[in-house]
Amino acid sequence: MEKNTTNVLDASSFDHAALADKFNADEPRVDWHDKTLWFVREKRDKAASQLPEWETLRETASQIKNNVLSNLHDYLLEFEENARKNGITVHWAANADEHNKIVHRIIEEAGTTHIVKSKSMLTEECHLNTYLKSRGIEVVDTDLGERIVQLAGEAPSHIVLPCIHWKKEEIGSLFSRHLGTPEGNSDPQFLTAAARANLRQHFMTSRLAITGVNFAIAETGEIVVTTNEGNADLGVHLADVHIACVGIEKIIPARNHLGVFLRLLARSATGQPITTYSSHFQRPRAGQQMHIVLVDNGRSQRLGSDDFRNVLKCIRCGACMNTCPVYRRSGGHSYHYAIAGPIGAILAPGIDMKKHADLPFASTLCGSCSNVCPVKIDIHDQLYKWRQVIVKNGHVGFMKRLNMQVMAIVFSNPLIYKVSGGLGRALLKYFPFVINNRFNPWYKQREMPTVPNQSFRGWFRQNRHTND
Amino acid sequence: MKVALFVPCYIDQLYPRVAIATLELLEKLGLEVAFPQNQTCCGQPMANSGFEHLTRTTNTLFIKNFSGYDYVVSPSGSCVLHIKEHLSLYQNNEAAAKIRAGVLELTEFLTDVLSVEKISSRFDYKVGLHQSCHGQRGLKLSQMSELVASDFSKPRHLLNMVEGLELITLDRNDECCGFGGTFCVAEEAVSVKMGKDRIADHINHNADYITGNDMSCLMHLEGILRRQDSKTKVIHIAEILNAGR
Amino acid sequence: MTSREAILKAVKKNQPGHAPLPPQTYVPVEGQDLALRFTDVLTSIGGKVIAVQSWEEMRQSVQSLFPGQERRVNLVPELRNIDIDTSIDHDPHTFENVHVAILKGHFGVAENGAVWVTEENMGDRALPFICEHLVLAVEGRAIYPTLHEAYNQIGNANYNFGTFIAGPSKTADIEQSLVLGAHGPKSLTLFLKETSNTHAHHSYSGT
Repeated sequence: MEKNTTNVLDASSFDHAALADKFNADEPRVDWHDKTLWFVREKRDKAASQLPEWETLRETASQIKNNVLSNLHDYLLEFEENARKNGITVHWAANADEHNKIVHRIIEEAGTTHIVKSKSMLTEECHLNTYLKSRGIEVVDTDLGERIVQLAGEAPSHIVLPCIHWKKEEIGSLFSRHLGTPEGNSDPQFLTAAARANLRQHFMTSRLAITGVNFAIAETGEIVVTTNEGNADLGVHLADVHIACVGIEKIIPARNHLGVFLRLLARSATGQPITTYSSHFQRPRAGQQMHIVLVDNGRSQRLGSDDFRNVLKCIRCGACMNTCPVYRRSGGHSYHYAIAGPIGAILAPGIDMKKHADLPFASTLCGSCSNVCPVKIDIHDQLYKWRQVIVKNGHVGFMKRLNMQVMAIVFSNPLIYKVSGGLGRALLKYFPFVINNRFNPWYKQREMPTVPNQSFRGWFRQNRHTND
Repeated sequence: MKVALFVPCYIDQLYPRVAIATLELLEKLGLEVAFPQNQTCCGQPMANSGFEHLTRTTNTLFIKNFSGYDYVVSPSGSCVLHIKEHLSLYQNNEAAAKIRAGVLELTEFLTDVLSVEKISSRFDYKVGLHQSCHGQRGLKLSQMSELVASDFSKPRHLLNMVEGLELITLDRNDECCGFGGTFCVAEEAVSVKMGKDRIADHINHNADYITGNDMSCLMHLEGILRRQDSKTKVIHIAEILNAGR
Repeated sequence: MTSREAILKAVKKNQPGHAPLPPQTYVPVEGQDLALRFTDVLTSIGGKVIAVQSWEEMRQSVQSLFPGQERRVNLVPELRNIDIDTSIDHDPHTFENVHVAILKGHFGVAENGAVWVTEENMGDRALPFICEHLVLAVEGRAIYPTLHEAYNQIGNANYNFGTFIAGPSKTADIEQSLVLGAHGPKSLTLFLKETSNTHAHHSYSGT
């Protein structure tokens, strides 16, 4: 069998196929990564099956989100008005840079350089940590998984399970280097306790906390933040200033809609009936400042696309990643974007088509993602549509384009098709080495199909009357 | 009823036995089946690669070949799904719509149109059923594990009519095999890994044969099986149903 | 134009045609033993549930569960004579050394073992998160089947801050191994107290 050689097309790291190829060099590790995430998918299935009304819930959530997108302007105004009435300061950021500037200004005004942050994919999208670090602000990510990747200098590889790609021995080593735990200790209980003690110090000494937002309620001007660890709450309730960063699409109309979304979110994400904490921040604590930064960063533009607006329904549960057979076998970092997996693949090309042109092709279009999505985003349909857009914009290689044009000619002309079919078979039969070699990616780990003596149409002509 | 046989390009060229089995099976069930001889390809390989705009001529050819039939039947879930979702002709949408309404994959044609309850076939082997994604999730040939909904399976329903056949259970009932069209070479590492994992599931449950509705999936799995020198073989469901006694 | 104006303008221009809100199709399941289901679920997610007939019974139980001298903060007035420290300082940092916090919850939710707790129950918002162990008390009849009923119950209350607490804090970030006691409390003990005019072993109905 041919050895798996890596096949890096460009030097850097913006090609899913090349990155996935590297990932697959360690097959036992791929098996471990795949099985771990499949287990999460199974937990999701178990939790979902306990609600006979599960599919109705998905449909309801989907329709609520459709309503939100169709009325987003008014909901945003309603949310802002109600939040302001609650004593919350509302900011608007057109893009990532503005978001970072606003957050930085608030931090500066608070006069602090040491802050804590709970999980927020939006802040990942805006590269907030890097921005703040370069301006002398120490940001401590308090979600355990995010803390681990932060210590390691990496980006999270999954939006809900940030360090799913790390083994406990590796975490043990990391903690031993950074937190002073004994070398060789990889017991999750022990390591978590060490992290608890270390992060408790940060909670106690930080005067400003940044959180993400799972849901922003237009009707009441409140925000909901869900965690299992309690890190968002610990950060905020000990701080003088709370900054909540939220994409404009995270609005939902009414408080009681949370009954639908909170029933779907944790079950879809991890198979739990609910996260340990589902905190509703309606007003700041007496004496505390609370800020909400509403971020556009391409969302208002995406809203205008009939084909691609559905991505704005996403509630960031990660179910699509857990079910994706490609994600499980290539890992989040192969997607070179803040958000990986199927949802990342339909988000990223809209942000930077050239950089992320490969992502919609990192899929077999199996459709599993669309069917676990709690808000029924048509992910696999969007993957197909993105491929058309990407090709139209010229972001596919010359050879591929040429091959496709040849294919189109062959398939449009029955005679050419018959002749080339015959030629192809003959080539494969009598000169297999032309095709069966290391330049043929199929042949790397698979045998080519055996060549039959005649095609079906050849057989048909011989064995049946022509039926034209 | 007027039935036309739509033979996917790679079956025509590389696995004619699948089309032969399909034709013979339909004829055994009393149908007269036409084979429009100028058919080529449904256009899916180009469309799925982002070159949908190059499929206008293949669409025209398809409509030309397959107009005027009550049903167009094919032993391929993914090709049928592609036609169902993407066949359109800018000048003659009515013709395209008619074909889209009447195009069916083989097993759904047998269960839904012919309402087959008995198949005269014997296949004394342990068989693993691979649920090809496009047929399953696209054409709803069987229930998918993602949904909380009642179980059903058209291919399984038919296989249960075959004497001597023992259907094995799998750990993962409907995970993708990794073929995915040009994906199989563009993302070779992941594609093969997915195929290997599917195969391991079937072999762990002692499958003599792996069957399914799509020869493309089976071709990919067969390539890996043969590279592994495995005793397990692949066989299209049409061939099992047509195996005779 | 400010960013606010620009964003709102773009949203208004781009938002699709009106899609109505769906009808509320939720149909409650009748006849469940809610207290039992709630207990099962909360136990399965790492909480401990103790049914008691009276506050005195709860007091004794708390005393035996947490016998030591570490700091306890009790905000349940009915729990008399428990060694408590009810002084609520304004600085949340002063609760760092709280070993046990004992609070009331408004109600429980059977489908997920969660308890709704608001600022008025907490004394200080940090308390239920910063303590080492959390004890909550819920009156036995106040268990709702699902979050739908829960939000109906909450209505449009102005709670300033409220949270659903479902078990002890936890994480599975290290190779999916479940560890109880991530940053928040390491344990949650939930006392389901019978209301005073019910008998023992009463089966709870859906209201």
